[in-house]
Amino acid sequence: MSHKLLTGQPVSRIEGQQKVTGAARYAGDYHVPELLYGYVVNSTITKGKILEIDTEQIKAIKGVIEVFTHKNRPSLAWFDLQYADMDAPPGSPFRPLQNADIKYNGQPIALVVAETFEIARYAASIMAVRYEEQHFFTDLESNKGKARDPKKGLATFLKPLPAKPKGDFGKAFHNAAAQVSAEFIHAAEHHNPIELFATTTVYEEDGKLTIYDKTQGTINCQLYVGNVFGLHYKNVRVISPYVGGAFGSGLRPQYQLFMSVMAALQLKRSVRVTLDRQQMFTFGHRPPTIQQTRFAADSQGKVTALGHEAVAETSQHEDYTEVVVNWSNMLYPAPHTSFDYKLVPLDVFSPLDMRAPGGVTGMHAIESSMDQLAYQLKIDPLALRLINYTDFDVTADRPYSSKELRECYVQGAEKFGWSKRTPEPRSMRRGHKLVGYGMATGIWEAMQVLARVEAVMTAEGKLEVSSAITDIGTGTLTVMTQIAADELGLALEDVTFCYGESQMPFAPVQGGSFTVSTVGAAVKAAGKALRKKLLKKAGNMPGSPLKSVSEKEVVFERGGIILKSNQNVIVYFKDIVAAEKKKVIKTTNTGVPNVFKLKNYTRAAHSAAFVEVEVDEELGTIQVTRAITAVAAGNIINPKTARSQILGGMVWGISKALFEETISDHRFGKYMNQNLAEYHIPVHADIHELDVIFVEEKDDIVNELGSKGIGEIGLVAMPPAIANAIYHATGKRFNQLPIHFDQLL
Amino acid sequence: MNNFNYTRAGNIQEAMSLVSQNSDAGFLAGGTNMVDLLKYNLVHPELLVDINHIPEHRGILETEDGGVQLGAFATNAETAYHPLIETRYPLLSRAILAGASAQIRNMATNGGNLLQRTRCYYFYDPNTPCNKRKPGSGCSAIGGYNRIMAILGASEDCIAVFPSDMCVALSALDAVVRIDGVDGTRSLPFAEFHRLPGNNPERDNNLQPGEIITSIDLPEKGFEKNYSYLKLRDRSSYAFALVSVATGLDLEGDVIKEARIALGGVAHKPWRIKDAEDFLAGKSPSAENFAAAAKIILNGAVGYGHNNFKIDLAKRAVVRNCLMALNPESQQPGAHPSI
Repeated sequence: MSHKLLTGQPVSRIEGQQKVTGAARYAGDYHVPELLYGYVVNSTITKGKILEIDTEQIKAIKGVIEVFTHKNRPSLAWFDLQYADMDAPPGSPFRPLQNADIKYNGQPIALVVAETFEIARYAASIMAVRYEEQHFFTDLESNKGKARDPKKGLATFLKPLPAKPKGDFGKAFHNAAAQVSAEFIHAAEHHNPIELFATTTVYEEDGKLTIYDKTQGTINCQLYVGNVFGLHYKNVRVISPYVGGAFGSGLRPQYQLFMSVMAALQLKRSVRVTLDRQQMFTFGHRPPTIQQTRFAADSQGKVTALGHEAVAETSQHEDYTEVVVNWSNMLYPAPHTSFDYKLVPLDVFSPLDMRAPGGVTGMHAIESSMDQLAYQLKIDPLALRLINYTDFDVTADRPYSSKELRECYVQGAEKFGWSKRTPEPRSMRRGHKLVGYGMATGIWEAMQVLARVEAVMTAEGKLEVSSAITDIGTGTLTVMTQIAADELGLALEDVTFCYGESQMPFAPVQGGSFTVSTVGAAVKAAGKALRKKLLKKAGNMPGSPLKSVSEKEVVFERGGIILKSNQNVIVYFKDIVAAEKKKVIKTTNTGVPNVFKLKNYTRAAHSAAFVEVEVDEELGTIQVTRAITAVAAGNIINPKTARSQILGGMVWGISKALFEETISDHRFGKYMNQNLAEYHIPVHADIHELDVIFVEEKDDIVNELGSKGIGEIGLVAMPPAIANAIYHATGKRFNQLPIHFDQLL
Repeated sequence: MNNFNYTRAGNIQEAMSLVSQNSDAGFLAGGTNMVDLLKYNLVHPELLVDINHIPEHRGILETEDGGVQLGAFATNAETAYHPLIETRYPLLSRAILAGASAQIRNMATNGGNLLQRTRCYYFYDPNTPCNKRKPGSGCSAIGGYNRIMAILGASEDCIAVFPSDMCVALSALDAVVRIDGVDGTRSLPFAEFHRLPGNNPERDNNLQPGEIITSIDLPEKGFEKNYSYLKLRDRSSYAFALVSVATGLDLEGDVIKEARIALGGVAHKPWRIKDAEDFLAGKSPSAENFAAAAKIILNGAVGYGHNNFKIDLAKRAVVRNCLMALNPESQQPGAHPSI
């Protein structure tokens, strides 16, 4: 029986049972003898200075071991560079406990370490702190006037700044047959993965550290700890086997890691620090933004001018940026453009990438503006997209490596029943409810960076593949196992993918939808190298039937190497390894993007979302009754985990459009809904029929797997599709997210 | 959260005696709000007396005067799904099931439901002024984010709302609250149990220290033929009401004999206006008449900015809910209003 390819199969999650039975252990679940517990104290003011912290009263509490503040913290690294992790934007990274300065509300100002979590939390709750308060600014809207260009830095490489103006935008916009101009306002959002941020630092007997951390980058955290605390990297082992959601919040080392490591080093004890739900609102978040679009088209619907400006919040210490305004011209090849993206530094913590950062923000404005154009021109919104369809990226003057967006439109519309839509707003009803259909386009760049992978053939003839990459719940473990199994023609159970440890071969942070292409390419490189090694060693075995045989003449199947010309001839992997002195055959390889090939193409995944809403006009209530997302993302390695990714993105899109926002009170400079009862995400009853279509898309350029990332693409098109459907249902246009039902009254 | 002593009371007398001897003591029933308050560091009891193991006051029983008694220690779930409640007081059943989540309703008790604290953001944030939490410190919700706050019966010291759904139905049903104290028993009509904030917003209700609710008694009339509970909120479940309405109608042919309308999410207590109900008596159950009644109910309503919408929404909700009460089968579970 020949090997049936595992890639492309809907393989169930390998770790699924462990997760649903509670056997899977997360960073805060690791227990070691004599573990100490740290609880963080956060600033209750927004800006100013700490005048005094009374730690003596706290230390007198039975069970309290130590209280760390800026006064007694150990001497740490001096330079910004040493605090800058792989995902740090330009600026000065936040340094916990650096000095008495308070830069934002909720800033960690002390760590209480005690024998139990409860004692630490209680002690922290009664700690007396005196502050000197200073005037602060946290409101984007009222500080828009302070907007300035972002600083350039390494981050600009993956997040390019807006393109320069093209043509004569002002004139083209002014003279066009149809024009729309709209403002879009987005609130801050916090990632809120269900797993709380936690770090368990195990202080080993030899003084080395084993750190269980909730993170999206084990090596990122290892380097951070090494640099900040002046430790040899080899003495710092960061492990993150399971991650209970992260959505970007784990891209940077968070302050519980710093606190846990600091306390462990100072006390020479193992220390765990877990943040609570309120503290999950004291670090990175999706920044609030204000966008302005000005789109114009000729009478036939050809888009002639695209103007898009965004103003976003950042902190006073770093210039966090995201790609908000660059997308429209990638989709619609207008000759006249004007794009701008500016930042307003405020007294808040630095924003942080949150699922589809920038893309979901900008695409809401772009696709809602396109919808407005369509109504103005009396052209079907889907037809307007097709009129402006292109396979060529005018912003980079190169074609797309593949782009089956047209198929997304066609198949999505067909399955959804778009043709049943009557064009006039308020023209569709079901009972006493207004019904609206809306659609929107999604785009997300397909990126690949560098990773290394080790592949080992064991004495049992089984394959072990390892990478420092994490699995943030997306299915990385399963997908990498599938890819590796196909490389050697093995069954799934004969392959082990080891991951989530900093001592393993290099992997970048897990984000940007680039993990499968990046680590998958490295798995393939290692698989290829291992096949070559195995064949060579098999040929060298005494009396080998594979002597001087080339790889073209054999297949790797059934746990061995088989001669194509005589399928009865098989040399088993375990016999090849047995002939080795080291009883193991291994190789470590790098997955390298083929930059010479890639530079001639723009690579992106695309989607089209179709949404039906029902609106109770009298009471304003909105329901997303149906939604379909058609996705073109190249080769889908695992349709089951991929579908889950898209469904999750769609649910998030509903959340962003209708529910989710972090509410600020700028009089206090703080967030007010810091819990999951008041930070609203959808409940089951808010989610109805959702469907996903993956259209065929062949791509020989994007990477060796022909696959594009799907972590973000399911989200980007949903908010505008929902807003557009609400317009179709009610004739009212809402450009501020989330849309609350009372606005419809 | 502080360390506290915990003890289980075997009977009501023991529980009351333990709590009345210690000014820093409190009762622990389902704990669904108490544990929040502890974790948010808003209450610091020295002693919690667990009353979950007291054998009495757990039943849902028919009373001699034809009504039904809800044991204070029965859970919200036991009450909502009890055949007597489902058949005779479906309005109450609906209201309970519109609240919280299945897990919370399985723990929460009937007595505890009456005693839950407001969900005002500022009340839960010890670092902002709040007269309810710290008398005299000010009200942050006035001039702050007040989407969820009161439009009726508020004061310049507090604009918080009482978050219960169950109590909106209990108010409409004219329930009576039975109370035990060290000095004996007493009872309060439902309308007199909760308080408006006035200048003592720290007091949510008229229960005295050491007193305990033993039962909530429902009179015979259950409006089981024409009733409806409508809850409007920011998501379909696990969110507090922005506006909710409990309606019970007693119809005789095409004439309203008696109407009961109570509103939740709009005030510091369930909101009932007798004038509006009297207005409807003897009239036909039409949208126009319900709208006129709604206008009476909302008379004097004031918005504080973010919650201005509640005034109009509440009027619309009253009309819709009264229409739904004409055809109770039309009600859907969850948050989706129907006609």
